[in-house]
Amino acid sequence: MSPTVAVVGASLAGLSAARALRERSYDGRVVVVGDEVHAPYDRPPLSKDFLAGRASLDDIALGAPDDEDLALEWRLGTTAVGLDPAGRAVLLADGSEVRADGVVLATGARARRLPGSEGLAGVHVLRTLDDAVALQADLAGAGSLVVIGGGFIGAEVASTARGLGLDVTVVEALPVPLSGPLGEEMGAVVAGLHAAHGTRLLVGTGVAGLVGTGRVEAVELTDGTRLPADVVVVGIGAVPNTEWLAGSGLALGNGVLTDARGATGNPAVVAVGDCAATWSGAAERHVRTEHWTHALEQPATAVATLLGSTEPAPAPVPYFWSDQYGARIQFAGSRRTADVPRVVEGSTAEGSFLAVYERDGQPVAVLGVDQPRLFTRWRRQLRSAVPSPS
Amino acid sequence: MIPVCATTALPPGEAIRVEADEPIAVFNVDGEFLAIDDTCTHQDASLADGWLDGCAVECPLHASCFDLRTGKVSGPPAKTPVRTHRVVVQDGTVFVQPGIAAEGAA
Ligand code: FES
Repeated sequence: MSPTVAVVGASLAGLSAARALRERSYDGRVVVVGDEVHAPYDRPPLSKDFLAGRASLDDIALGAPDDEDLALEWRLGTTAVGLDPAGRAVLLADGSEVRADGVVLATGARARRLPGSEGLAGVHVLRTLDDAVALQADLAGAGSLVVIGGGFIGAEVASTARGLGLDVTVVEALPVPLSGPLGEEMGAVVAGLHAAHGTRLLVGTGVAGLVGTGRVEAVELTDGTRLPADVVVVGIGAVPNTEWLAGSGLALGNGVLTDARGATGNPAVVAVGDCAATWSGAAERHVRTEHWTHALEQPATAVATLLGSTEPAPAPVPYFWSDQYGARIQFAGSRRTADVPRVVEGSTAEGSFLAVYERDGQPVAVLGVDQPRLFTRWRRQLRSAVPSPS
Repeated sequence: MIPVCATTALPPGEAIRVEADEPIAVFNVDGEFLAIDDTCTHQDASLADGWLDGCAVECPLHASCFDLRTGKVSGPPAKTPVRTHRVVVQDGTVFVQPGIAAEGAA
């Protein structure tokens, strides 16, 4: 058998890993297994331009013309169901297997569902292209939408649906949406976009259940309120797709546990992207990161590891963005609860501003709303300020 | 030819956006002036707001990098190159010729 690397997962992290293999002059077979039937596509637009009908499937395809040269073997529409403990074969749902000398795990995460919502029409999650197509079709005939979860996905769906003319309510369990990623002060500022654009935001409110038989009719809150809803979107986070690895001998936590370089306990197996919980020296724990930029960049390190490199892992500055109600939200850095944001440009009242989070007087993170130029400069500065790990 | 600015108004490492039918971004790379389409081919971002790294600019939104000489894009999410435009410096003023590819461009 010719040398083979199996990449399990055909989204951004998997595609980036396959490209990285070729960039490192790996000339064996590269087999990419994906459970969706679609060729790799970009997920961020699913809640924004694609959902709004402004971007086509072609627009969001991740493949580039040069990808032909990569000579990848695609096994799409095929779910991996097991990894041989020796790490030499990936077992597929159709009963076949891919034998490989090296395996890159890139199976991503799936949307968490609301218990009790199974089989009820009109209730959606948004993670895959098929999810987005189904939601789009449902929104087209709907008058009201309730979004459960005020995180970035929920907020983006709310924003898109408002743009389509729906009556939208966002229900958030926490007192302040986005306080996890942005902190309470800035979370409140960004969540203020909802009210400014006619979306109702209910905070500190749990969901007791969904009402309806066959099709959803309302969302019932823990305080007894019933919110009528033609469509419900559940945006309450994601869970890593790692169940199929039970019995593989790999250490699993909130994701496949790896060292900082993406290595698992098996030298023939690395893990990347949303399915991996990678050791972070700065945080002193395994961290599972769901950011797009992470899925783009991290596979290069993991692939190098798989091919035998021991160079220290780069310590990139985490970066993510969100587009809501026409506002461009960008965040970079590692924020802790006690870090204090300070607005250094614009004002939160105007809606266009840049806030720098400081720890012991040092900038550690930056949030920009409609400040791409200045934000980019700060992001760069944070990048150069981060000492390389030893 | 569209006048852009005085050479002294665009120091090395800086960029300026020029309004044209399709906006153009002009960069000063260590004293050499280079111009490409200002709008990223991925989404609606102004590349003049991006980060100049050697002879490439990183898009301020999703970090695709465009080569300023060839217009080629380094990696996702953008897939299509930007157009390059010829820049002429005359009597201390920078001019750009929209639609005329810079020499050496793809
Ligand atoms: S807008 Fe430039 S990379 Fe997305």
